[in-house]
Amino acid sequence: MAQLTQATQSAGPRHSSAAPARPRRVKAGGAGKQQHAGPIAYVLLIIAAAISLFPLYWTVVAASHTDTDITQPPTPLLPGSHLVQNIKVVWDEVDMTTALINSTVVAGCVALSTVLFATLAGFAFAKLQFRGRNILLMIVVATMTIPPQLSVIPLYQIVTNVGWVGHLQSVILPSLVAAFGVFFMRQFLSEALPIELVEAARVDGAHSLRILWHVVFPIARPAMAVLGMLVFVQAWNDFFWPLIALNQQNPTVQVALAGVGSGNHTIDHAAVVTAALVATLPLLLVFAFLGKHIVGGITAGAVKS
Amino acid sequence: MATSVRATSDGRPPSSRPAPSTSDKSGSRPPGWRTKLFRFDTKASPYAYVAPFFILFAAFGLFPLIYTGWLSLHQVELGTHAKWVGFDNYTGLWDNEFFWKALRNTFTLGVLSTVPQLLMALGLAHLLNYKLRGRGFFRVAVLAPYATSVAAATLVFIQMFNPDYGMINQLFGHIGLGHVDWESSKWPAQIAISTIVTWRWTGYNALIYLAAMQAVPADLYEAAALDGASRWRQFVSVTIPSIRPTILFTIIVSTIGATQLFGEPLMFGGGVGVTGGTDHQYQTLSLYMYDKGWNTGELGQASAVAWVMLLILLLIGAVNLLIVRSNRRKLGA
Repeated sequence: MAQLTQATQSAGPRHSSAAPARPRRVKAGGAGKQQHAGPIAYVLLIIAAAISLFPLYWTVVAASHTDTDITQPPTPLLPGSHLVQNIKVVWDEVDMTTALINSTVVAGCVALSTVLFATLAGFAFAKLQFRGRNILLMIVVATMTIPPQLSVIPLYQIVTNVGWVGHLQSVILPSLVAAFGVFFMRQFLSEALPIELVEAARVDGAHSLRILWHVVFPIARPAMAVLGMLVFVQAWNDFFWPLIALNQQNPTVQVALAGVGSGNHTIDHAAVVTAALVATLPLLLVFAFLGKHIVGGITAGAVKS
Repeated sequence: MATSVRATSDGRPPSSRPAPSTSDKSGSRPPGWRTKLFRFDTKASPYAYVAPFFILFAAFGLFPLIYTGWLSLHQVELGTHAKWVGFDNYTGLWDNEFFWKALRNTFTLGVLSTVPQLLMALGLAHLLNYKLRGRGFFRVAVLAPYATSVAAATLVFIQMFNPDYGMINQLFGHIGLGHVDWESSKWPAQIAISTIVTWRWTGYNALIYLAAMQAVPADLYEAAALDGASRWRQFVSVTIPSIRPTILFTIIVSTIGATQLFGEPLMFGGGVGVTGGTDHQYQTLSLYMYDKGWNTGELGQASAVAWVMLLILLLIGAVNLLIVRSNRRKLGA
């Protein structure tokens, strides 16, 4: 894993050195340094946006038609009137209420704890001096490259032995913190938090919990919110491990969808798409209202990792 | 800072936190206990802050990773005792045609889903970097697929790719491309699966490139424009070299993602997803591992597959390191 670390490491410093220049330049961009988009650029962008949005739109279309409507050409392209019936079919056959509640609980817990632990570690890596800091940070980066596949078999044995199969804690516990979050908060705090503030508080005799509460958290709050959203989306959509650790009696939304997809439930195609819509809708609403912040979070944080 | 001043009078011991071995030995008595405590707090708190990450990683990442390696040398089913078999699981894989199929599929699906994706993301980022009306809309729109889950997206795309009634074959019919069997033919199925991956991730990568492009100093472009470089020329000679580290980073991340491709082929196959289609035509290594571990219950063999994946990742890392090295040499020269 050391090789990967070095590679990402060598990519890291350049970004972080370039990053402070970004906000300044965007402001300067107002002075007309960025080129205006030509008509071709607009056409291409509209096509890209259409390709991105069309499957989402068509999900709504298909979910509001009958099975025969969508399985006979020509495929409908405008919303129909069958949505309520389809939702009823889904709710009758699949335990969607449990699935939605479970996903909310899992994604909420994972987001909260990741944000907390990532802020703590990010602050330490960004602003505190301690022996082994660089090596530990390299390890954090390296762990990002380890896929879950490499650890699920023993985890499954453990979870089985303690009788947690089908219980939410089996999904929550392994995801309580993510290396990506640690790195995200480190990048943010190393730019946003002036070290003088921490030192001044320490000279004033504040102990570290107090510094954390009164200096670090207030400054980190916007980044914590963005990280919380990103982690929530990821946890909501997490598939591999929940599929193994949970079952159809107590599923998350994604596990329920997997059951729908593999034919565990006898529902028609329109209802299958409706289930997909129900599973995606909460996140699409989040995106509709907070999409700008999520975009900002990805461009600000992810790039530097 | 008023609150912090108050802190001096409030001598609550701050460290109920785990203490690393750096116990303070400086001076046997001169500093008061409060000063000592304060110094200890300053020294120990960084470790306390990073401890949750490392403890959780050790418990749920590192230990299982190593234990998987140990399991891969055993014959083990769930609930039974592991029996040492040496490298039998690995030689078993070597002789198994489905393993080789899965390895090849993982590679071809990886290429099909990452190469077009990153190239399109680069172009898209370039477009988004122009001064635009509706900039915010375009950015959120291209990111919208990121909000969908693998499972939901695949369930919808299955309908669109349905060979008999799907809209893609209808469209192909209109433009005279004829009927494509997206499910049971190998390459069409792999292309369909790669399309889902590409659809979900292109916008995300475009935003990452966009952020990197915005950090490129404007004077570089001005100088290039003064030299008479066209927009395309500027893109190739200024933009691409300037964001090379970011490109490399996305290549690594996407390659790692491709190595563990799982949900899309599983869901795409419906009832036959675990085997990657009736003829294993799109079974990836992850699926093969899942198939071994949870369908046939041979956890030892599944562990061996996991470690083969680890080896592949290390190989990718090594190749990547070589590229970085040669880049550095070029820059140094």
